[in-house]
Amino acid sequence: MDLTYTDEQKAFRDEVRAFLDDKLPKRQRDKVAGGKRLTKADYEEWHAILNERGWLGVTWPAEFGGTGWDAVQRHIFEEETTRAHAPRIVPFGLNMLGPVLMKFGSKAQQDHYLPRILNGDDWWCQGYSEPGAGSDLASVKTTAVREGDHYIVNGQKTWTTLGQYADKIFCLVRTSKEGKPQQGISFLLIDMDSPGVEVRPIVLIDGEAEVNEVWLSDVKVPVENLVGEENKGWTYAKYLLTHERTNIAGVGFAQAGLENLKRIAGLEKAGGRPLIENPFFAAKMAQVEIDLMAMATTNLRTIAAAAAGQAPGAESSMLKIKGTVIRQEINALTRQAVGPFAMPFVSEALDEGSNVEPVGPDYALPATQAYFNNRKLSIYGGSNEVQRQIISKTILEL
Amino acid sequence: MNFQLTEERQMLQDSLRRYLADSVSPEMLAQATTSAAGHSETLWKGLAEMGVIGALFPEDKGGFGGAGFDLSVVFEEVGRAGVFEPLAETGILAGGLLAELGGEAQADRVEAIIGGAIIGFAHSEPGARYDLEHVETKAKKDSDGWRITGRKSLVTHAGVAEAFLVTARTGGETTETDGISAFLVPAGEGVDIRDYPLNGGGRAAEVTLDVTVPADALIGPEGGAYAAIERAAARATCALCAEALGLMETIRGLTVDYLKNRKQFGQPIGKFQALQHRMADMLVEIEQARSAVINLAGHVDADRTTRERHVSATKNLIGRAGRLVVEESIQMHGGIGMTEEYALGHLVKRLTMVDHRFGDADHHLERFIRLSAA
Ligand SMILES: Cc1cc2nc3c(=O)[nH]c(=O)nc-3n(C[C@H](O)[C@H](O)[C@H](O)COP(=O)(O)OP(=O)(O)OC[C@H]3O[C@@H](n4cnc5c(N)ncnc54)[C@H](O)[C@@H]3O)c2cc1C
Repeated sequence: MDLTYTDEQKAFRDEVRAFLDDKLPKRQRDKVAGGKRLTKADYEEWHAILNERGWLGVTWPAEFGGTGWDAVQRHIFEEETTRAHAPRIVPFGLNMLGPVLMKFGSKAQQDHYLPRILNGDDWWCQGYSEPGAGSDLASVKTTAVREGDHYIVNGQKTWTTLGQYADKIFCLVRTSKEGKPQQGISFLLIDMDSPGVEVRPIVLIDGEAEVNEVWLSDVKVPVENLVGEENKGWTYAKYLLTHERTNIAGVGFAQAGLENLKRIAGLEKAGGRPLIENPFFAAKMAQVEIDLMAMATTNLRTIAAAAAGQAPGAESSMLKIKGTVIRQEINALTRQAVGPFAMPFVSEALDEGSNVEPVGPDYALPATQAYFNNRKLSIYGGSNEVQRQIISKTILEL
Repeated sequence: MNFQLTEERQMLQDSLRRYLADSVSPEMLAQATTSAAGHSETLWKGLAEMGVIGALFPEDKGGFGGAGFDLSVVFEEVGRAGVFEPLAETGILAGGLLAELGGEAQADRVEAIIGGAIIGFAHSEPGARYDLEHVETKAKKDSDGWRITGRKSLVTHAGVAEAFLVTARTGGETTETDGISAFLVPAGEGVDIRDYPLNGGGRAAEVTLDVTVPADALIGPEGGAYAAIERAAARATCALCAEALGLMETIRGLTVDYLKNRKQFGQPIGKFQALQHRMADMLVEIEQARSAVINLAGHVDADRTTRERHVSATKNLIGRAGRLVVEESIQMHGGIGMTEEYALGHLVKRLTMVDHRFGDADHHLERFIRLSAA
């Protein structure tokens, strides 16, 4: 048992830190730390900086232009970038579609799409969920009917994160109604510019338009945009979900959140004293920190197992549940910490260069927004109820 | 022992519930909150005409209620409908203080309030957090009357108020209970308003005061308004807790309906035992919340220690139950529960904000311990 990094791992961590000191623009760092609104250009800028260094394909093998890092290196990178307040890497092309194409895509698809993801030519979004297909994803109804060398696609996708920025969407579509629902699903790549694609924003309770409805009406999609085989999409979809669940514990986010919470609790005064000294509040902060310390080790245990070649299984469900609950608790405490100034909603103040002053401290609105927004953590990526179902079936065999 | 509402209160509850159910829709609320007024003028007029504001005042002040259970009946319905009208600001805080401290001189003003005049309550300050006695704003006597200078924060519905009940220090140090006085200050010159929208609907303002008012603007005893302010805050807290209870009831209804109607894996999600148990837990907590509101409503006119212990007990429980109801209702709805457009979105935001007014659950836990030891 050894809880420390090896010398090589430490050297790697120092290299990541030096890179972040040098290359992460202060502007971006301040925006992320301050909870300011990030634009499409912000994400693209950060992706380009990482790509220049060869560090954008964090989870990709070297042969596809990725880092080829092992699980520990990836973990170190995640931890350091979140701590440094770098924008997150937009996952749809890099962590979701990329791995699917590497495993199931044709050579032509790999050669065409993978470099475009790294170079920022294509912004992808994920077209899995539908109004009637959430937890029960296999019940997708969007149809793709073959006509000559095209599919004609009809249906509706929803909750499509950042679809408003996307050039392309990867979709689960129904190509057959025979057999079990899982057996008639195909994995299709669709150009968002195609006639018949309509994107409508959905405003969430934090006031931001982060997700969208995507309507597909008689959209013509060339057959070469099919990934793998027709009606085998469910296999690819599930493979993608295991990659979606990398870094599911969100340890780095939790640590950054806890740091932010402590900073705010040091600045806020309750009864004339810093809130951080209030025993009631301090106890709650300590509790969540203790949970986080243990969870960070649970996370490292699964990473070590993965590095030793074991495929991550139901363990990721444990990390998903515990990780999201901890982050949500940190968000709730941060909202509590800002006191009455959780109330004002002066959204314009979050835009870079805005001349609208926030009401109360500048950290108040981001704290409230993060609380509301991160309720999503226990809903998406397989809800926490679904994760419990997986644990009880797979690990407990109940 | 009798937990039935009196006939009058039952009638008030029925007619208010019917009126709000008929006039309030998510679209109407969305429009009200994005309007410059930040509330619905039509609804406000309707409430005044129905006598709802009068129900907040006792008979000897021109109303026909004013007891704790009148407040809880009215505000549970307000919460149920999710509306954000200046009822508590005008009817309980500013109006209550004018009625209690203002005597005959303010009787006309109270009558106007019962008829729908809006008076803001400019008390809390940027550095006060939840401490009611934290007042830095100063009032100095001069030849023209009183010169008031200072800053007030989160003054709800300030933009539509024709005047403000302003608290200011005429003596004592920032956090002393002695030395706080109340003044009636008309909106306009010398009362600078920075108005903004709130999470969960409605508007508030930061108010900067540099204003001179005549000598008779002083309401009640010089330096001796705190006890009345604390009583008014207790009543407003009772109202806010009842509002939270109403919000919880509507959220519960929406969630149960959703569990029955939303299908995944070929069946209503309400058939999954995991969700059934959590919905049952939510119900248990809402019943606890109802009892806590009854406890407070029954003690708002009790002696100070009894009253304030109940204030803190109830506000603490409402804070805890509120968070559970917010988080569980969103979770059991899945993605739809996070959208602004669906009715739940507005209600969970309002319920969340309840914990940020008049002291959060921790503030009142600490206060409850202190008051219990005394
Ligand atoms: C902010 C956000 C971003 C998203 N981004 C994307 C995206 O980019 N692309 C995409 O395709 N999707 C996205 N999603 C969709 C997400 O994957 C779904 O919300 C999720 O799968 C849950 O589905 P649902 O919302 O339909 O809820 P439902 O499946 O209807 O679930 C409702 C409730 O029932 C519970 N439940 C369901 N089945 C069971 C069961 N068997 N036992 C016990 N409880 C159960 C759920 O846990 C939940 O509490 C996003 C969602 C959100 C909120």
